[in-house]
Amino acid sequence: MECIYVPKDKQLTLKIEEEIDEYATEKLRRKIDNEITRFLPRKVIFDFSNVTFMDSAGIGMLLGRYKIIKMLGGQLELLNVNKQIEKIFEISGILKIIPLIKNNEENVS
Amino acid sequence: MVGIYDNEMKLEFISKSSNEAFARIAVAAFASQLDPTIEELADIKTAVSEAVTNCIIHGYEDTMGIVKIECKLKDNWIEIQISDSGKGIEDIELAKKPLYTTKANLERSGMGFTIIESFMDEMKVESVPDIGTKITMKKYIATEKNEEDNSIINKHNELDKKSNEQSEIKEGI
Repeated sequence: MECIYVPKDKQLTLKIEEEIDEYATEKLRRKIDNEITRFLPRKVIFDFSNVTFMDSAGIGMLLGRYKIIKMLGGQLELLNVNKQIEKIFEISGILKIIPLIKNNEENVS
Repeated sequence: MVGIYDNEMKLEFISKSSNEAFARIAVAAFASQLDPTIEELADIKTAVSEAVTNCIIHGYEDTMGIVKIECKLKDNWIEIQISDSGKGIEDIELAKKPLYTTKANLERSGMGFTIIESFMDEMKVESVPDIGTKITMKKYIATEKNEEDNSIINKHNELDKKSNEQSEIKEGI
C-alpha cells in the first residue's frame, strides 16, 4: 500500500493494491489505521485505481475506517472505484456517507 | 459419471480465509466456458467470495472444516453450490436481511446474502443448526452475441428499407 501525505492540506492518500476480501481486510485494517493515527489527517482518500476486486468484507472495513476518521474530525473519499465495486457500494448504501471521486486524468481519458 | 449437465466440477478446501481468492478464481475459470462478459464473471466471483466467506466466518467460526463447492453448467447457465458442515443458521430469513449481522463488533457489513441475491439470478439457502449450511445459486449468462447479431441484422434491414424508399422517392421525382 502506497501512502502519500500532503502536510499543507493535511491530506492522506492511501493507494490500495490488493483484492479486498475477508482475508485481505485483516492486514489492510491494521496498515490503514497505523497511517491514520500517525498523521491524523483532515482528509483521507482511498485510491481504488488498482483494486480489481472487493466484496462485502470491504464494506465492513471501510465503514470501520470511516468511523475512526470521522471521530478524529476528518473526512473520507474513495478515488477511482471501478464499476463492479461501485455496484457493491450502491447496494450497501455506503455512498450516502462516503463520496466517490474521479481524478482528472481519468476524466480526460 | 455422465449427468444431464454439459459440465460439472467439485472443489474441497479447508476453511482458511486465504482460500477465498482461490475459490472465486477457480469458479470463474470454470464459468468462463459459458463465454460470459467481464461483468458477469465479476458478479460470479463476488457471489462466490461472499458465500465462501460465510462458510469460513460463520459456519466454522474459530474451528477448521471443509468448504465444498459444486458447479454445474448447462446451456447458458451455471449453478454453484457452496456448503459447509458448520454450526448452521437458526433463522435464515433474518440472516438474509440487509445489514443483519451476528458479528457487528468485527466490522461485518451484513450484506453478504443481499449481494449474492442481487448479483445472481437465483439463490437458495438451506441450513440445519449444528449440521451445516448449503447455498445454491444460479446465474444465466446472457447470449448477447445472438441479440447483437439480430440487432445488426435488423439495422441492416431498416437501412435497406430506407434506401429502397429513398430510391422510390427519387424515381417518383
